[in-house]
Amino acid sequence: MNKTQPALEVKGLTMDFGGLRALDHIDLEVRQGEIVALIGPNGAGKTTFFNCITGIYEPTKGDMIIHPRGKEPVRLNRLKPNIVTEHGLARTFQNIRLFQKMTVLENVMVARHCRTKSGIAGAIFRTPKTRKEEAEMVEFSYGLLEKVGLAQYVNELAHELPYGAQRRLEIARAMATEPFLLLLDEPAAGMNPKETNELDKLITKLQVEDKLAILLIEHDMKLVMSISNRIYVMDYGSMIAQGTPHEIAENPNVIKAYLGEAFDA
Amino acid sequence: MATQWKPLIEKITSELVKSLLVAAWFMFLTFPLMVIRVHPLERTIEWRWMNMIYVGVGSFFLSFIWRYLMERKDGGNSKEEGDTWQKRVGLRIRSDKRISLSGLIAIGIFIFIFPFIFSSYQTQIMITALMYVMLGLGLNIVVGLAGLLDLGYVAFYAVGAYCYALLNHHFGLSFWMALPLSGALAATFGILLGFPVLRLRGDYLAIVTLGFGEIIRLILENWNEFSFGPSGIAGISRPGFFGMELSLQEHTVYLYFIMIMLVVLTVLVVSRLRNSRIGRAWIALREDEVACQAMGIDKTKTKLTAFALGATWAGLVGCIFAAKTTFINPASFTFMESAMILSIVVLGGMGSIVGVILGAFVLILLPEYLRAFSEYRMLAFGAAMVIIMVFRPQGIITGIRQRYEFHRNTQKGKAR
Repeated sequence: MNKTQPALEVKGLTMDFGGLRALDHIDLEVRQGEIVALIGPNGAGKTTFFNCITGIYEPTKGDMIIHPRGKEPVRLNRLKPNIVTEHGLARTFQNIRLFQKMTVLENVMVARHCRTKSGIAGAIFRTPKTRKEEAEMVEFSYGLLEKVGLAQYVNELAHELPYGAQRRLEIARAMATEPFLLLLDEPAAGMNPKETNELDKLITKLQVEDKLAILLIEHDMKLVMSISNRIYVMDYGSMIAQGTPHEIAENPNVIKAYLGEAFDA
Repeated sequence: MATQWKPLIEKITSELVKSLLVAAWFMFLTFPLMVIRVHPLERTIEWRWMNMIYVGVGSFFLSFIWRYLMERKDGGNSKEEGDTWQKRVGLRIRSDKRISLSGLIAIGIFIFIFPFIFSSYQTQIMITALMYVMLGLGLNIVVGLAGLLDLGYVAFYAVGAYCYALLNHHFGLSFWMALPLSGALAATFGILLGFPVLRLRGDYLAIVTLGFGEIIRLILENWNEFSFGPSGIAGISRPGFFGMELSLQEHTVYLYFIMIMLVVLTVLVVSRLRNSRIGRAWIALREDEVACQAMGIDKTKTKLTAFALGATWAGLVGCIFAAKTTFINPASFTFMESAMILSIVVLGGMGSIVGVILGAFVLILLPEYLRAFSEYRMLAFGAAMVIIMVFRPQGIITGIRQRYEFHRNTQKGKAR
């Protein structure tokens, strides 16, 4: 796999809500197998950006193109969220959106939906094909739960899990759709240092083992600095900086956005 | 020791005082009704002080019991205990083959001999209850699993009934020919209703479906050339039994067994659907629409299959209803029916098959057997509904999700 090949290209993405411009000509690129962080103060438009890419919002202007491995590039504009997912782009949510009253295993199994086929007749008559597919689905999902370290919870209901485990389940669920590009919206929010540390390892593992490209929104600077290959910084709907973690840490614009203008007496 | 009991004693005293106040208030409120009786002709007033004592004592005890139950409920113990207890029993019945098998055989024998040991009247009531079991299970797909609040479910029931009635009236089609047609036609109507409401959720969906139900009823009531209007269609054939002539009583028994067969079929199909790829997509849609789509599920297709499959059962039951009563008119398909079926689903427990079956029996059989209370029947029925909803807001039985065993898991778990 060539690490210079793009996985996601966004050009001039603009999103208006009535008179409010939430995103203003955003350019962003994620390369294959790369971890990119998107940071910025609250309300900068990071989640709006995710919602545009995943088809929940329809952007006013701009192009969004993904490059699935070994397939033709796909333009994401005007695609429904489920079609975007089918093309290999999966996401997690900032405020955990698990299927609360389903078991942990079922949460992951649901996400296999777009990679499986059995229909109503198959379900009613339990044809050998359906049973085989079901067994494979269970096996695959269990494997993912083992990978994120939730195997002991398989039959628990999702809302009964501890907070950090719920976050990891969201990642497992997104992984079940077999993405090549994963969007994580504040995966470490509300986690304690130990959980954040485990998350750091998990994300790195996904990058190395599954050759995933990962784009994450995060406020935990320690995590961002340690795992990202590159960082983009947003403020008030515009991209104000991009570069390696080291460059970003020293960028005056970024410091200004986070800490405010330096005051000279 | 004494200090330990002090708070409890204080608590009980305060509750007793509150209950006494409630009793006094009720005695005062009901005084003009229960105590004074004026005989206008004899120009006398009768003072029935005994009634006041009854009201006082009765309301005192009821209030005290109510307070005690509410206290337990608020403490959270009762609900938690109840749930784990239910889970334990449920799991035990499932895991232990002997219990589940012998239970099934006992229920099977009871079902089989029911029409022969009870009167024709009882069998008729049971057929009605079984019809509502099927309706409840059908609506359970739409409301309980897919989370789409449908208040016009009776429309599909009407479609099924009129499908058979009209085909039988005009073309002499038999019950067995019309049954699948009714189901298919209702499914088509389900999809027709599904399309315009795809974007709607919650209250808005409820209002539109309510409107749809009323539209179907009004069409049937007013389009005389098509549906014979309010006078309805009479003389619909009963289900045929290999061309044999059956007496009225034999017909009842026959219909009873048709119903049992269909209920078993419904339970089988619904339970299989529930733990299938489609069923999980429905539940995911209910739990979180945005996340469900983001996980690659086609919202449109999932909603339409839920509406279509839910409507199918209503269509089938509609066909049976027409065959059972041999006469139908639009008055049988009012909003009250929809509300009743929805109550069965909510009261029984959304998403739970056993719950919906119990709910149907409670809601259909209770009013029948409460006939002893004559005019207080609906009052007692309403009170029963309120009490169930206060103490078990999640329904009589909560749906239990399928569990999976992993042997790899236990080995690793032990190793750790």
